Amino acid sequence: MQYRSPLARTRGLGSAKTGTAHWWLQRVTAAALIPLTLWLLLLMELSFHAPYQQTVQWLASPWNSVCIIAWIIAAFYHAAIGLQVVIKDYVSSEGLKIVSVWMVKLLFLFLGLAAVTAIFRIILVG
Amino acid sequence: MTHNRPLSPHLQVYRLPLTGIISITHRMTGVLLALGLVLFVCAVSAIAAGPASYAAMQDLLGMLPVQIIYWGFVYALIFHLCHGVRHLIWDAGASFNRDTMDRYALYELAVSVVLTVSIFFLL
Repeated sequence: MQYRSPLARTRGLGSAKTGTAHWWLQRVTAAALIPLTLWLLLLMELSFHAPYQQTVQWLASPWNSVCIIAWIIAAFYHAAIGLQVVIKDYVSSEGLKIVSVWMVKLLFLFLGLAAVTAIFRIILVG
Repeated sequence: MTHNRPLSPHLQVYRLPLTGIISITHRMTGVLLALGLVLFVCAVSAIAAGPASYAAMQDLLGMLPVQIIYWGFVYALIFHLCHGVRHLIWDAGASFNRDTMDRYALYELAVSVVLTVSIFFLL
């Protein structure tokens, strides 16, 4: 049963019927990030203190590369939908709200791709 | 659409309970950590660019102000994680009791400090 006019949906008002999907994925990525955070902390620790070769070899081992890439996907998605919620709470102008949500989503997609690309480049060396 | 109707008093007239303070801190650390992801991209890009840029990155990371900022980020991350766990418990419909609310908030703060200190010494 379709209660809303096509015009209301076009303007992006109210439920776009994906609200619970975002809410749910925010929780799923949160749960995934609990163990995966360890890999971020280990990578940062290596970046601070380890010689170049050691960091590269650590990242090139399959277990570590998979967990870091999993962390990147979960964290960047989690951040993008988290910022979307914050923007929707505080930005009242409809146009600015839509534009800034899309800017944030595209920016974090781009940053996430940049991070994964960097990991693959490191794996190729190690 | 403009609203000229009278508004009920908002946040600023109440003294926020501990859970309320933690709640807004959770959101602020979330935004901060999202900005930190930009720095993460810089770090992995520096590793990917080769030994010379890796050495330059380590010189930068070796500076005291940078390390203080880094550990600020680690604490923000662990705090966000701990309060996130509580949100997951709340989402399951549990732990809404008024009398235990503050106690669990204090546990959460204590755990976030203990974890951050452990990471500092163990990793």
